[in-house]
Amino acid sequence: MSNTEKVIAVPIERRQQIHFSFHWLQKLVKQTAVIILLLLIWETVPRIGLVDAAFFPAFSDVVKSWWAMLVSGELFAHFTASIVRSLTGFILALLIAIPLGLLIGWYPLAKDLLNPILEIFRNTAALALLPVFMLLLGIGETSKIAIVLFACTWPVLLNTIAAVRNVDPLLIKSARSMNISSFKLFIKVILPASVPTIFTGIRMAGTGAILVLIAAEMVGAKEGLGYLITYSQYNFQIPEMYAGIITIALLGLLINQGLSVLERKFSKWKQPVQ
Amino acid sequence: MTDKIRFEHVTKIFKVRDTEQGKRALKEFTAVKDLNFSVKDGEFLTLVGPSGCGKSTLLDLLSGLTKPTSGRILLDGKEITGPGLDRGIVFQQYALFPWKTALGNIEFGLEAKGISKKERIELTRYYLSLVGLEGFEDRYPHELSGGMKQRVAIARSLAFNPDVLLMDEPFAALDAQTRETLQSELLRIWEKTKKTIIFITHGIDEAVYLGQRVAVMSTKPGSIKHMIDIPLDSRLNELDIRSHPEFVKARHQIWNLLHGNIYQAASI
Repeated sequence: MSNTEKVIAVPIERRQQIHFSFHWLQKLVKQTAVIILLLLIWETVPRIGLVDAAFFPAFSDVVKSWWAMLVSGELFAHFTASIVRSLTGFILALLIAIPLGLLIGWYPLAKDLLNPILEIFRNTAALALLPVFMLLLGIGETSKIAIVLFACTWPVLLNTIAAVRNVDPLLIKSARSMNISSFKLFIKVILPASVPTIFTGIRMAGTGAILVLIAAEMVGAKEGLGYLITYSQYNFQIPEMYAGIITIALLGLLINQGLSVLERKFSKWKQPVQ
Repeated sequence: MTDKIRFEHVTKIFKVRDTEQGKRALKEFTAVKDLNFSVKDGEFLTLVGPSGCGKSTLLDLLSGLTKPTSGRILLDGKEITGPGLDRGIVFQQYALFPWKTALGNIEFGLEAKGISKKERIELTRYYLSLVGLEGFEDRYPHELSGGMKQRVAIARSLAFNPDVLLMDEPFAALDAQTRETLQSELLRIWEKTKKTIIFITHGIDEAVYLGQRVAVMSTKPGSIKHMIDIPLDSRLNELDIRSHPEFVKARHQIWNLLHGNIYQAASI
């Protein structure tokens, strides 16, 4: 048969593994060079007195108090509190926003009815509603989970709606021509085609979840990373405060990486962008 | 041979926005007008015409995705009322599901038909080899070249065993070399499967090369101006069929028809 056509070879396994040692090391150096440089600056600037070490302690001091808090279990307690709140709110948001978004995207009537209210809520900054949530739900877990839920809902909902509406009409036409029912069309075409766009919303929600939660914990809480930061600041435990900030950065990184892995798993059919 | 498909006074009118009359005004646009023709069982008919002549409307009508405003289309003597697996469509832009492998894409129609998993796999493998893609079962569409994608799309449409294959400029997006290869592949598949094929194109050469008959369409409103028989037997045995006198003659005749020079065409 046709030998004239070119065959696109796609590597099934990554060949780099064969001579990994050198490349791996090179990659690591490239990826960490700037971070290491920044940490070195952080270490030296307070030590040579360019900034007040009381307000901006050297990196090693921060690491020391971070380690002390880790060993004492204090950090873990705050970390757990934060991650439980953000994950609960985040997962509840997904459970509500994805089905609702599919519904709104698929049924024109649902869209007409709900669109105005969506426009209002999506443009309301979640943090502006924080006082309302606290007044109604108290300063306990409920208000924090609720505000995370609120903040996460919009990006997921709006992306899900957009995803359903923007499915390539040709794919729908192609499936329809094979005489499949509307239900099957939805399950077999609309849903899988929407996954990548829905995931964009999920990742935005992941970032939002942390941001809103920390702010809520700073305003009123008895534990959590946001609380740790404000509490340390009030008590002038500056290294502890920085330790809290670093932990938040790590938490954000963790959530983002986790979502990336999930995204890759669900949209492995997408053309890799290089 | 009996009539497989019959068009009886088929007219399709769309409501389109009339910008001259204001934003909300609608006007009627006749996409195709009074189509009357029939296609025989196992025939390869090509439709050629300028853009906007209603080629794609005609195909949508045949696939059952839209209904004619007046007139009717008969398939085996029964009126077409909606889409069905007795007709398979191949689109210019392949329309493969990007989240499914070649295998999964071909299975799609078979699943809709309610065929068991085991049989589906067997059929899929058979049709993949028919289009010359054995061993490519697990490739995703983005891992295939344009020509290969169209082969998968053809296999998908053949796999659920429709009587009629509708092809909407399937090779228009391919490079010349791949197009020629796929044209002769399609003829080979047609001879092997004995399907009735309706093939839309804007290429005169392609229309003459593939079709036993060529329907020449004209625009405003879209209608079939002429039906031209191509008196070539087997295109696959001839080495350079495109230089055959009959081929050249038919090509020239259609060219004249499309360029509005009817007198010259008649004098050939």
